[in-house]
Amino acid sequence: MAIPIIEIHDLCFSYSGKEVLHNINLTIHEKDFVAVIGPNGGGKTTLVKLILGLLKPTRGVIKLAGKPLRSSDASIGYVPQQIDHNLSFPATALDIVLMGKHTPKRRFFLHNSRSDRRDATTVLEQMGIAEFADRKITDLSGGQRQRVLIARALVTNPDLLVLDEPTASIDTKGQTDFYNLLKTLNRERTIFMVSHDLMTISSYAKSIACVNKRLHYHQTFETSTDLLNAYYSCSVEEICPVSVVSSGITRQQSAEGERNA
Amino acid sequence: MLEAFHFEFMRNALMAGILTSVICGVIGTLIVVNRLVFLSGGVAHSAYGGIGLAFFFGIPYMLGAVGFAFLAAMLMAAVSMKSKQRADTIIGVIWAVGMASGVLLLDMTPGYNVDLMSYLFGSILSVPFSDLVTMLIIGSIILLVVTYYFRDLLIMSYDEEFARVRGVPVRGLYYLLIGIVSITVVMVVQVVGLILVIALLTIPPYIAEKYTKSLFQMMMLSCALGMVFTIGGLWASYTYDMTSGAVIIFFAGIAFFLSLVIDKLLLLRKKKIMSLAHQEEINAMRS
Repeated sequence: MAIPIIEIHDLCFSYSGKEVLHNINLTIHEKDFVAVIGPNGGGKTTLVKLILGLLKPTRGVIKLAGKPLRSSDASIGYVPQQIDHNLSFPATALDIVLMGKHTPKRRFFLHNSRSDRRDATTVLEQMGIAEFADRKITDLSGGQRQRVLIARALVTNPDLLVLDEPTASIDTKGQTDFYNLLKTLNRERTIFMVSHDLMTISSYAKSIACVNKRLHYHQTFETSTDLLNAYYSCSVEEICPVSVVSSGITRQQSAEGERNA
Repeated sequence: MLEAFHFEFMRNALMAGILTSVICGVIGTLIVVNRLVFLSGGVAHSAYGGIGLAFFFGIPYMLGAVGFAFLAAMLMAAVSMKSKQRADTIIGVIWAVGMASGVLLLDMTPGYNVDLMSYLFGSILSVPFSDLVTMLIIGSIILLVVTYYFRDLLIMSYDEEFARVRGVPVRGLYYLLIGIVSITVVMVVQVVGLILVIALLTIPPYIAEKYTKSLFQMMMLSCALGMVFTIGGLWASYTYDMTSGAVIIFFAGIAFFLSLVIDKLLLLRKKKIMSLAHQEEINAMRS
């Protein structure tokens, strides 16, 4: 098997004396679509930030594609949870996408190179919002802004796409479009997404990670009942019992999870 | 108006106004988009503590003011990085204590008394040529640094977290930006006064933000607006013999409220067009 795209070993993270994540072990292979679920305050966003290198683990290692984590890694595309902060910022959709192209090495260039512009326009086309490239972000709808932020993450052509509750501010129709889009992207990329939306997880995700201080990874799940069980077991403090997960493959997986925990 | 420029002090005032407008346009834009207005106010006020300190110990007062403001700014930057929730409160404390300590130190300094009013409103009409040169040099350095880090600053200003993911040294850059703000504020305060600095740092960028499509355009329009306000203010203060700083601020204030009214009108027109279109649709359906 190829090198896993994310490898986490014995990871702990404490914040101001409180342990947020405890002894996390996780291996994610290429082209997986991982849905991260768990209760509020369970450490989902913390895990995302650790993978992005925004936080340093108290203990343990995170490897991306076999290499130790470094910030400024172009191989991760990140789509944040909040899309309507700094709304009145003077920038067009195209400008925002071009921000994804930035590398600190290339300073003193106020203008974007032609190839960067072409790449950004291509990604905007792919997102179906090319006609809004020249609009200010204030004048876009929530769904369009969401697409701009995904385009910003995709413009570096990353292998791994990390999304933190990306549909929090999109309507239902927009969400369906969005998940179909993710499905297409998933053909070539690994997706790691925090979400609360069980309906969509059951139809789009390939595996589930329950995070509630500890992590239980279900590499596959068969029915939405499995998913529900996984979800509820995860909400209960620190247990993810084998018994509640009914499917055969999943049982084996969570037994592994139990041993790790 | 033109005959006014036979006087050297008018020429200097005009130069000072243009220089201030350019520096405030660029740095003010960064202040507004990074929501540092309150912090800049805090820096400007606490710098008065530095002036008190400088007079008390008999050191050059520019040194005292810059040093004190810089330290206060770094402290504020550290606080706003560490605990974002209560940063404004702590900035408020530093603001008040800095200013009060300046007043106390000047009280305790025998013989000399700096006029608080001239610190607040400045005296753009009595700027010596040497101050203009200092301003030009420091201003050029500041603009060069901003140009060098422009894209990093742009990305950080829009989305700090994403900037960090892309490898922008956000922490260092944030301290750098606040350091620049403190130097800008102190340098411009001694020319045009505290109140005018805050007005020129906030009003032109606020108006410009609504009508521009990029940070660079916003900076340019802010500079231009600043120049209109300062030149207009200087003209009015010369013609009608009024306090220059206050007139400039008044001009900026009028423009600020006008821009709000224009926004409202545009919004109303948009709504009206929408409701008319809606009405037509309903009529079409009925007939």
